[in-house]
Amino acid sequence: MRRITAIPQLLRKLFLERATAGIFLALLAIILVTGIVNPRFFSAYNLQTLGRQLVIFGFLAIGETFVIVTGGIDLSVGSLTALLNVLLALFMTRGLGTAGGILATLAIAIAFGLWHGLFVTKLRVPAFIITLGSFVGAKGLAALITKGWPISGLPSGFSQLWEGMIFRVIPVPVLAFVVVAIFAHFLLGYTVWGRHLYAIGGDIEAARRFGIKIDALRIMAYIISALSAGVVALFIAARLNQGNPTVGTLYEMYAIAAVVIGGASLFGGEGSIIGSIVGACIISVLWNALVLMRVSAYWHEVTVGAIIVAAVTVDILRRRRIQQPG
Amino acid sequence: MDNEFFLLARDIHKRFGAVQALRGVDFEVRYGEVVGLVGDNGAGKSTLMKILAGALPPDRGEIWIEGKRANISSPHDSRRYGIEMVYQDLALAGNLDAPANVFMGREKTHRFWKLTTPVLHRREMEKVTGELLLRLGVQLPNLRQRVRYLSGGQRQAVAIARTLLAQAKLVIMDEPTAALGVSEAERVLDLIRRLKEEGISVVFITHRLPHIFAVCDRIVVLRAGKRVGERTTCETTMEEITQLIVGGKTDVKYERE
Ligand SMILES: Nc1ncnc2c1ncn2[C@@H]1O[C@H](COP(=O)(O)OP(=O)(O)O)[C@@H](O)[C@H]1O
Ligand SMILES: [Mg+2]
Repeated sequence: MRRITAIPQLLRKLFLERATAGIFLALLAIILVTGIVNPRFFSAYNLQTLGRQLVIFGFLAIGETFVIVTGGIDLSVGSLTALLNVLLALFMTRGLGTAGGILATLAIAIAFGLWHGLFVTKLRVPAFIITLGSFVGAKGLAALITKGWPISGLPSGFSQLWEGMIFRVIPVPVLAFVVVAIFAHFLLGYTVWGRHLYAIGGDIEAARRFGIKIDALRIMAYIISALSAGVVALFIAARLNQGNPTVGTLYEMYAIAAVVIGGASLFGGEGSIIGSIVGACIISVLWNALVLMRVSAYWHEVTVGAIIVAAVTVDILRRRRIQQPG
Repeated sequence: MDNEFFLLARDIHKRFGAVQALRGVDFEVRYGEVVGLVGDNGAGKSTLMKILAGALPPDRGEIWIEGKRANISSPHDSRRYGIEMVYQDLALAGNLDAPANVFMGREKTHRFWKLTTPVLHRREMEKVTGELLLRLGVQLPNLRQRVRYLSGGQRQAVAIARTLLAQAKLVIMDEPTAALGVSEAERVLDLIRRLKEEGISVVFITHRLPHIFAVCDRIVVLRAGKRVGERTTCETTMEEITQLIVGGKTDVKYERE
């Protein structure tokens, strides 16, 4: 009898109470199954490919985590990635050079974050609305700038940002990601600012009475999110060696899915960088597994859609349990 | 000004559109005194306390604190004078633990040589929170428990521990027992007694007169934005206070318009 109830209890513990441990186990299971079905999964080449793919979703997931923890949402990061990718190529091919192009692109990313943050805080426009505006608008701007065609002819060395290897085994983007991830984890989990972001997401009125600088911190979160799109735009430009207005499609959904899978709540106040990265890993490994098994990429979208629904449902169930304790 | 008083408020007026919430109220709190503030719904109790806490500006009136004219135009100002308000809806971040809530906005951080860093000093904050709660006679089984899982009384203790950390001289509690069961409310009364033992003044608002009589030294009655009576607890009865609240009786000295 006890053995029969033990397993559901364990599952409930893992998925409802200690979300991070649960999804980490889920990730291990997916990796194991994929590896057994297709041993090529563990080849160095595939792991490097997987690592680079993870970097794309991972950066966006980190940025999105900051926003979602405060109880906001950023729907714009996919479209922003496309726009910033195009702008970077434009700047680099029109005389700003590599460094100038990167700086100008990141500055524009910051401006977008500031724009979102000001609307959310000062004008009290719902985050979902103002970032939806950028979702549509940035994509349109990207297409307008390029008239639909990619901008190619980036400096030849620039692709090293994507293809370069550190010590011949670690791709440059993976190393950059690890450094940023550690920094972000530290910022959100161990500093006063991070804690205040959680307080804002937990109870914004309480945070106000605590005397926390709510507006500045929320604006900062949107800037971090937009910056993550800027960084991803750099890496994609290096990968494609061009600025392409069609990149980034659905990336905001993958980012949000990664964050929610990682234990964040769309109601705010919950979530962690580690969780979001594990979430991004799950999405990337699934993608990679489907590619290895020659399954249509559209199945990946279907799968991620199902996972988002499952993760949000779990979050709502968890909240309901909190509201009626015992 | 008389120096037995921590706080004196004189002729406080406050209007919200068509509603005259306060019409010239005087209020005072002695050092280490527990004052019960009672009155019907809408009498103006919360409004008066929000003015003292700097959450609302008065239209007219003067506030004196420790014998000096005080200029309170924000919660920040009020806190600087040693006034802390524990809000009716508690205002805690339920997703964070007790130490995070007690220290929110004034976190202890690590030092790096002589520089302060923004890095949280968790262990120190947990230690101090445990000590503050112990001073209030409360021991949480697990300090790292998120406060949303705590009982109503424990959450009150967390909110009050914040005021201890701030070294408050006056703690204002607006209906802290309203949402609590009998034994939880009893724990809150204990908390108020502890504050008094520490020499901290308390203003305690509640509709439950037995609670007022259990802990307050003095009772002030508001009705329709006016102060209609004041009693020392040991010289009055619940019947008399009820009469003052509902309007069957007004003290002569407050009858002038
Ligand atoms: N922010 C506000 N805006 C408009 N009217 C208010 C506001 N706050 C309080 N009032 C009004 O002022 C009066 C006194 O309210 P309040 O101080 O909350 O009473 P109490 O706490 O004694 O029940 C009530 O008529 C109430 O409706
Ligand atoms: Mg009230």
